[in-house]
Amino acid sequence: MTVNAHAPITADAAIPPSDETEDAIIRFEGVAKSFPARKSSAAVHALAGIDLAVPRSSVVGVIGRSGAGKSTLIRLVNGLEKPTAGRVIVDGTDVAGLGEGALRSVRRSIGMVFQHFNLLSSRTVFDNVALPLEIAGTDAATIKARVTPLLDLVGLADKRGRYPAELSGGQKQRVGIARALATQPKVLLSDEATSALDPETTRSILDLLGTINRELGLTILLITHEMAVIRAIAQRVAVLDAGRIVEQGDVFDLFTRPQHETTRSFLAAESGRELPAFVADQIRDEPIPGGQVVVRIVFRGPFATHPVLSQVTRELGIDVNILGGAVDSIAGRPFGTLIVGLPNDGTSLDKALAFLKERDLDTEVLGHVA
Amino acid sequence: MSPEIARLILQATADTLYMVLVATALGTLFGLPLGVFLATSRRGELLSAPWLNGALGFIVNATRSTPFIILVVAIIPFTRLVAGTSIGTTAAIVPLTVAATPFIARLIEAAVREVDQGLIEAARAMGASPLQIVAKVLVPEALPGIVLGLTLAIVSLIGYSAIVGVVGGGGLGDLGIRYGYQRFMPEVMASVVIVLIVLVQGVQSLGDRLALRLNKRLRHA
Repeated sequence: MTVNAHAPITADAAIPPSDETEDAIIRFEGVAKSFPARKSSAAVHALAGIDLAVPRSSVVGVIGRSGAGKSTLIRLVNGLEKPTAGRVIVDGTDVAGLGEGALRSVRRSIGMVFQHFNLLSSRTVFDNVALPLEIAGTDAATIKARVTPLLDLVGLADKRGRYPAELSGGQKQRVGIARALATQPKVLLSDEATSALDPETTRSILDLLGTINRELGLTILLITHEMAVIRAIAQRVAVLDAGRIVEQGDVFDLFTRPQHETTRSFLAAESGRELPAFVADQIRDEPIPGGQVVVRIVFRGPFATHPVLSQVTRELGIDVNILGGAVDSIAGRPFGTLIVGLPNDGTSLDKALAFLKERDLDTEVLGHVA
Repeated sequence: MSPEIARLILQATADTLYMVLVATALGTLFGLPLGVFLATSRRGELLSAPWLNGALGFIVNATRSTPFIILVVAIIPFTRLVAGTSIGTTAAIVPLTVAATPFIARLIEAAVREVDQGLIEAARAMGASPLQIVAKVLVPEALPGIVLGLTLAIVSLIGYSAIVGVVGGGGLGDLGIRYGYQRFMPEVMASVVIVLIVLVQGVQSLGDRLALRLNKRLRHA
């Protein structure tokens, strides 16, 4: 049977939709966004051909450099931006087709946290969290009953009467998160929520977002320019470059087998993937007699935690010189990269590579050193 | 200084305060919505209405560029229509309000424009209507700036109020001209100036203190 994407609706209806389509709470379908030309500037095509599904209760990350279109993409979900083509479906409603009035009620079911927190300086922590409820016309007693447990959840119960100026960056973002949760939304949008924070605070905020995702089952769509953020909490990731999604999929697959150049360049900064400086300085393309072949081994899959290198040494009698690397876990699964030197004696390299390939490990010859 | 003169100064101070405070109140009543509208109605802004924004901006500029003494005389028919007379302290409130409104509107516009655009976006993302954004975000966040603007407006109006003597408006400036200058009574002139200095100082420090207390952006406010 051939699957025809353009089959008539009647034929489509007979095919059960895939789990992903069925369960997607946010779905971008052929979305494009361009900003019209102005006197001083040409038209800008911010996004083109965006297809993206966010499964219910998942954490999906969109990574891209500044100017890639991530901010526009996330703002399409709550209608702060309107697409010039395509549909943005949130929980069954095409938000692109809604008027301002209808959009306002949809927005109350979508929380958003911002890079620069966007808290009201004139309101206390409590009153900031209460603001979306006031806007929705909630009565004071309900507001109190709703806000108090949220402040407990984000660990700011003792700061309820403080003003934002009296808080640290991490505390401000906690207020931002509590505020985004106040209307009990179905979706949380995170617009570079940790980009203005130091690494330690970033980790604690990501932990909080992860907890919210797990305990409340809240779907999170986040945009970031940091792979570390994706690795910490996302299950799926889309890589955005110049307004297009160049690669998307499971975080572990994408981290361990990046296909697109942009993805590779984001991963380059990750520890262990790059050549150590002392190797990078002397590496050559042509073989060096009596030297070593530099090979990158990517550990993923069932053999990721096996002592494969010592087996190479023991079973094949080949010396392995470890030059660099890192072992870590991504999306809860072990993953490592090692850069090793193998003797350039004509046979060892092929034998070792075959041995590693049998164990489903990816290898790549990077060059030669003396 | 004779009790007679002291009584005159007291009366003039009361007249000045009456004119200035009523004109400020009315100027704020009209100037606050006007200023908020000017700050939010350019193309693409919250209440986007570029034509109306341009038209109101022009009227505001035209009023502000008319020297106050000319304005007072030019709008005498309007003053008579509103106040029933064109002479006296109450009538003087009309030109003072006409001058104060566009001035206050511009000061409030400036204060509202200082509010971080990110807050407007956050409020929109919460599902706030434009009026809710004005009432719950823009005005509260701009309040310290608005208070400083109104302080400046009051100080300016105290100066303006000296001019309404030409239409029998009374007040300190009028007393200074008629007694201090025309009747050559330097002690009256000196007293008038001292009272004005005290008034302006008082208003300014009160406004500063209030604005500081309202400004929660400062840690130790």
